Amino acid sequence: MALEPAIQLGGITKRYPGVIANSDVELTVQPGEVHAIVGENGAGKSTLMKIVYGMVRPDEGTIRIRGQETHFKSPKDAIGAGIGMVHQHFMLADNLTVLENVILGSEPRSGVQIDFRAASDRIKELGAKYGLRLDPAQKVETLSVGERQRVEIMKVLYRGAQILILDEPTAVLVPQEVDDLFASIRDLKSEGQTVLFISHKLDEVLTIADTITVMRDGLTVATTTPDQVDIHQLAELMIGSELPTPETRESTVQEEVVFDVDDLSLTNETGRRILREISFEIHRGEIVGVAGVEGNGQAQLVDSLLGLAESATGRIELNREDISTAGARERRSKGVGLIPEDRQRQGLLLASPLWENAALGHQYKKPYSKGAWIDKRGARKQTEDIIARFDVKTPGPDVLATALSGGNQQKLVVGREIMANPSVLVAAQPTRGIDIGAQGAVWEELKRARANGMGILLISADLDELIGLSDTIHVLFEGEFVAKLDPSEVTPEILGSYMTGAISRAAT
Amino acid sequence: MNRSSRLLTSFVAPLLAIIISFAIASAVLLLVDIDPLGAYGEMWAFGTTTESLISMINRAIPLFVSALAVAVGFKMGLFNIGVEGAYLLTALIAGYLAALIALPSVLHVFAILLIAALIGGVWNGLAGWLKVKRGVHEVISTIMLNFIAFSLNAWLFLNYLKADIGGLTTATALIPESGWIPSLNFALGWFGVEPRAGTELHGFLVIAIFLGVFYHFLVNRSRFGYDLRASGINPSAAHASGVNPKRMIVTTMVISGSIAGLVGMSTLLGFSHRYVQDFPSGLGFAGIAVALLGRNNPVGMAFGAVLFGFLERSSIILDLKDVPREIVTIFQGVIVLAVVIVYEVVSRYAQRRAIAAAAQATADLEVAVMA
Repeated sequence: MALEPAIQLGGITKRYPGVIANSDVELTVQPGEVHAIVGENGAGKSTLMKIVYGMVRPDEGTIRIRGQETHFKSPKDAIGAGIGMVHQHFMLADNLTVLENVILGSEPRSGVQIDFRAASDRIKELGAKYGLRLDPAQKVETLSVGERQRVEIMKVLYRGAQILILDEPTAVLVPQEVDDLFASIRDLKSEGQTVLFISHKLDEVLTIADTITVMRDGLTVATTTPDQVDIHQLAELMIGSELPTPETRESTVQEEVVFDVDDLSLTNETGRRILREISFEIHRGEIVGVAGVEGNGQAQLVDSLLGLAESATGRIELNREDISTAGARERRSKGVGLIPEDRQRQGLLLASPLWENAALGHQYKKPYSKGAWIDKRGARKQTEDIIARFDVKTPGPDVLATALSGGNQQKLVVGREIMANPSVLVAAQPTRGIDIGAQGAVWEELKRARANGMGILLISADLDELIGLSDTIHVLFEGEFVAKLDPSEVTPEILGSYMTGAISRAAT
Repeated sequence: MNRSSRLLTSFVAPLLAIIISFAIASAVLLLVDIDPLGAYGEMWAFGTTTESLISMINRAIPLFVSALAVAVGFKMGLFNIGVEGAYLLTALIAGYLAALIALPSVLHVFAILLIAALIGGVWNGLAGWLKVKRGVHEVISTIMLNFIAFSLNAWLFLNYLKADIGGLTTATALIPESGWIPSLNFALGWFGVEPRAGTELHGFLVIAIFLGVFYHFLVNRSRFGYDLRASGINPSAAHASGVNPKRMIVTTMVISGSIAGLVGMSTLLGFSHRYVQDFPSGLGFAGIAVALLGRNNPVGMAFGAVLFGFLERSSIILDLKDVPREIVTIFQGVIVLAVVIVYEVVSRYAQRRAIAAAAQATADLEVAVMA
């Protein structure tokens, strides 16, 4: 007797105003397989998974779980049907232990008390079975990103899930942690669990998946297996064209130092040192990369360089002028640009029109203002130039920023910073969460700016991007620059070892 | 946002809110066995006489100024509850000082206005300073400062600033005529309006209109206003763009307080000419309602202030007709709630439409590029 498919979707359609997120999607996931869903951002992967997990209800179509037609009203129903989802952003209480986090919301009771022992035993048992190494008594705040992810997976398994949805699980991991995750996924599979693996990293998908479904523009365009396609064919299926590469050809590094940082340190309110004696310099036409696992001080480094962290100490020189005591506005006007790591939080006014967004950070100078007044005409003209040069897909400068896709928002941010022609551009995660087409465009612009003599500090979690674009790479680990590496000699694996502290403090 | 959706939010929303408020007020009246249409008829008949209309505008002037003060704070996400205390304290001190100084007429008036703006600015600026230095939320500090202002006002007034004018009224000394703002009745004559003797259109109307224009240019056209709005929409992004959040908070509270200081000036300089014990109170709190009603838009707030002025004036007749005039307070409360809710619903709808339209246009663009 053939087993019923774990998940069978038929004719799923979900429309949002003006967009069709999913159009007549067919998907069959066999029990006990690792099924990857690949596609660019905006291809409809997330919507589809939200439908399977009961967060979004489809306009049309049927969902069958193990042959049973279901209509989930909320994730609660989906969990009841044995479906669990591990989100990209973890939802953990930092000051609780692993055990407490796992049982939160489904505590085993004996009488009125929580039966911690039973819970602890069960977590250990599940951990042994699926190769998820975790200490139930450890506080979550002391865990690495990879371990936190294991806690999230454990939470889902603890609730009895047999179908796991992993949403971009590798986006936050370094290569070694990815290997650990993949080992766990193989254990899950061998124990009969079904795994839905959402990703846009094609090499990973080819490594781990049994079956691959490719989505594009809300449609499922192909279902295949890793032995039927190679990475280039898969990429073509996904975007319909060649993969862009971040690689830069020849060095444009000049003698002149534009940005010189000496002994930069930062201590937070609780007295903890977040940044420790960071020193580096950027030459004209140079891209200096900063590698590091998220949360090792990247955000604070950016704040300190931009003058947003008041308690930062150390010396910062821009074009041989000391700007360490200057505020954010002064630094910006002297020629420090910023592509913030989280564009919606630090880089955009979502509820405002594009021309006001283009002015953000440059509102006090031409062409955005004249004297004490905002120059709306000048700002709109400049915005039109950014839209044209950076290929921002929008009807015009009066559209609200929130109406743009993530990639187009990012192109606007990158455009306004590069058009302002700063001496130094701090680019934090410049291609995060944008599709491959926009990513290629951003890379091209950074390369062009570098060729024109701009100094760029590139902080990125994408190691290929770092190695491809940078002229020099520093590794940031626990608030310190622990290594300075030559990108032409380094591999993502070596970089990953430094980032996790596996190789510590090598002399250059 | 395109033109049609802006139209939708700025006109349909308030209109809907007014209809809802009428419905609720009517229901309340029916509940106490009063014919709502009859009551509205009385209010309309009384409220639209020449004298009532002038009174309506006179009442609207300080409400409008108060709303401007509140709205400046709202624009950057600061809730200045302290307009009430600021204007009452200011009216007393400015009224006292105004009687002491002697200056040529126009100069005298402007000197008083300047003093009032200074006192109000310092008073509400305190709340900004507390927020920046000590992290005290401005809602808490302005409410507390209100109580301090009320007590300070009573103490200063009764012990030091009141004048011995005889009779039963307690008041400061009379401001010399050079410090009075003349009425606009002469201008009414141009339109053939001849109000009864004793009815005056306050001259402060001109200054209030000027303040409205000033507010518009400050908030919507100036670089400062850009920083202000950016700080309100997304404080992190504003900070990253170079706005100093602390300086911005203090500056905004000072500006808000300066405008608040002017709230009492139409009465002080145009009507009572001295600070009196029954100086109109509650204008600072009502200003919050008017700012909400007008969505921080100067024209919207002007309409809101006029509506409130009309309701207050026309409610006088209700007492005579045995209708509880509290119905007007209910109406005012309901309309603010209704505006806030309806505006939210309508603007979400409008924004969805705007996003859909933009997405559609973008999709069309992409098709065109591919073709």
